[in-house]
Amino acid sequence: MNFDLLIQLIVNGIIVGTLYGVVAMCFVLIYKSTKIVNFAQGEFLLIGAWTCWALLVKFELPFYVSFPLTLAFMVVFGILLQVVVLRPMIGEPIISVIMVTIGLSMFFQALVAWIFGGYTKAYPKVFETESVNILGLQIESAYIMSMVISLIIMIGFYYFFKYSRLGLAMRATAFNQQIAQSLGISVKHVFAASWAISAVVSALAGVVIGMVNGVSSALSFIGIKVFPVVILGGLDSIIGSIAGGLIIGVLENVAEFFDSQWLHIGNMYNIAPFYALVIILMIKPYGLFGTKDIERI
Amino acid sequence: MGEAVQSVKSKEVLLSINNIEVVYDEVILVLRGISLDVPKGEIVTLLGPNGAGKSTTLKAISGLLKTEDGEVTRGSIQFKGDSISNRDPDEIVRRGIFQVMEGRRIVEDMTVIENLRLGAYTRRDREINSDIEKVFHYFPRLKERTGMAGYLSGGEQQMLAIGRSLMARPEMILLDEPSMGLSPLLVKEVFGIIRNINREQGITMLLVEQNANMALHSAAYGYVMESGKIVLDGTSEELLSNEDMKEFYLSGGEDRKSFKNLKSYKRRKRWM
Repeated sequence: MNFDLLIQLIVNGIIVGTLYGVVAMCFVLIYKSTKIVNFAQGEFLLIGAWTCWALLVKFELPFYVSFPLTLAFMVVFGILLQVVVLRPMIGEPIISVIMVTIGLSMFFQALVAWIFGGYTKAYPKVFETESVNILGLQIESAYIMSMVISLIIMIGFYYFFKYSRLGLAMRATAFNQQIAQSLGISVKHVFAASWAISAVVSALAGVVIGMVNGVSSALSFIGIKVFPVVILGGLDSIIGSIAGGLIIGVLENVAEFFDSQWLHIGNMYNIAPFYALVIILMIKPYGLFGTKDIERI
Repeated sequence: MGEAVQSVKSKEVLLSINNIEVVYDEVILVLRGISLDVPKGEIVTLLGPNGAGKSTTLKAISGLLKTEDGEVTRGSIQFKGDSISNRDPDEIVRRGIFQVMEGRRIVEDMTVIENLRLGAYTRRDREINSDIEKVFHYFPRLKERTGMAGYLSGGEQQMLAIGRSLMARPEMILLDEPSMGLSPLLVKEVFGIIRNINREQGITMLLVEQNANMALHSAAYGYVMESGKIVLDGTSEELLSNEDMKEFYLSGGEDRKSFKNLKSYKRRKRWM
């Protein structure tokens, strides 16, 4: 048995897992405050990564200009999406809203493929990437950077929800919309803000992954992989999404390892999380940290 | 009306409701022409049995009616001379009216301090921390509670709900049944604090209560509602000595040995 490879894969799993955790947090943010299951989460990564790529390559802007521009664009994009598409859906049955987000997902995938084509495109070298040797493990510096960014985002989320005025308002809205309104909180603003934040942070994750792996439609697949993560962690738990991200990230790498060593089924990397999803739904449908009365999908 | 009424009525009117009708879900008529005035700086109480429309009246003022598919279809609600009917609740809070909803609606998965800071959501000044101290001055026992607000006792949750309303620095507080589910001793304590807040902060209050005795001993003026209408109003002294009030709301004026002598149902009908 190849122990070094196993440990290397576990480390990779943790690194990818933190990114899953970040995307899952964005998903949970929308679910908690608006009760919408957003199937278009992966497209936020896709659109963010492509926007940044276009600004870098087509418009030849430097990274420190194109990156903030991308984030600003995503704020506007998130708010517009909520106001134009999802606000009219308030009060409609949950299944209709889910169908709308599935529709959005397909629409944006097709739109992006139409504009940028179907092939993977590499990001221009923004930072020097090299392999770093930590305790005998080969880790790319880009991965370390992505992990640091993910951790900063997570800590940022913590402080945002603990201390900021908008963060508290979002928690109150998630707890009970009528109570929030009685305190003078505009639920409409909170909804728009949660879509905007979710879009921005997802786009950030999209750019980070794009820089490491290149941009392609594969990015939106992360939006699908978020489902095992949030269902494991609990649909309405921010902590759960981080824990779920790490577990699924490690799980898929370990499954890949066992497959390559003994099973030889192939493509376990992508399939294992969904086996886990089915098993979790059977034995612990509310996830590790979820509250029990939430809607199942 | 007596002289006392005149003195109450002659004060500057802060909130004035004129003949409003409220309809839920576009069909169910709940309020059928309610009119009442709340003078600045006073406590006015709204009494009546379950389902009379007391909470609905408060929600019509605070705009929370909208969250329950209700609508003011006739009449006007005026606050400081401006019409405020059918506005969004957040706008009403910004204008200075804050409703403390029935049943201690605090955010249970937040701490006491976080709940208080939420109350100050509409403010952007830097005096929020000193206002938190002010709330602790009225409710000292909240200061010692550091866990989640959901673990507070019923009385403490009610205190937190009232304290949170102070954080918004409102001109007027709408209190919906602060005595609900509290022990008699706690009811006394909470009403004492409500009177202190009214006296010291000069905050006008509209108080909905089932506990008519307690409410009338705190308020200057009272209205009695039944089936969506106001059937009786007067100063607290007048209402406390009113025979019908004694009969129906103040648990028996004369010594009641049996239900034989209970005045007939017809008597009650005459009000409406």
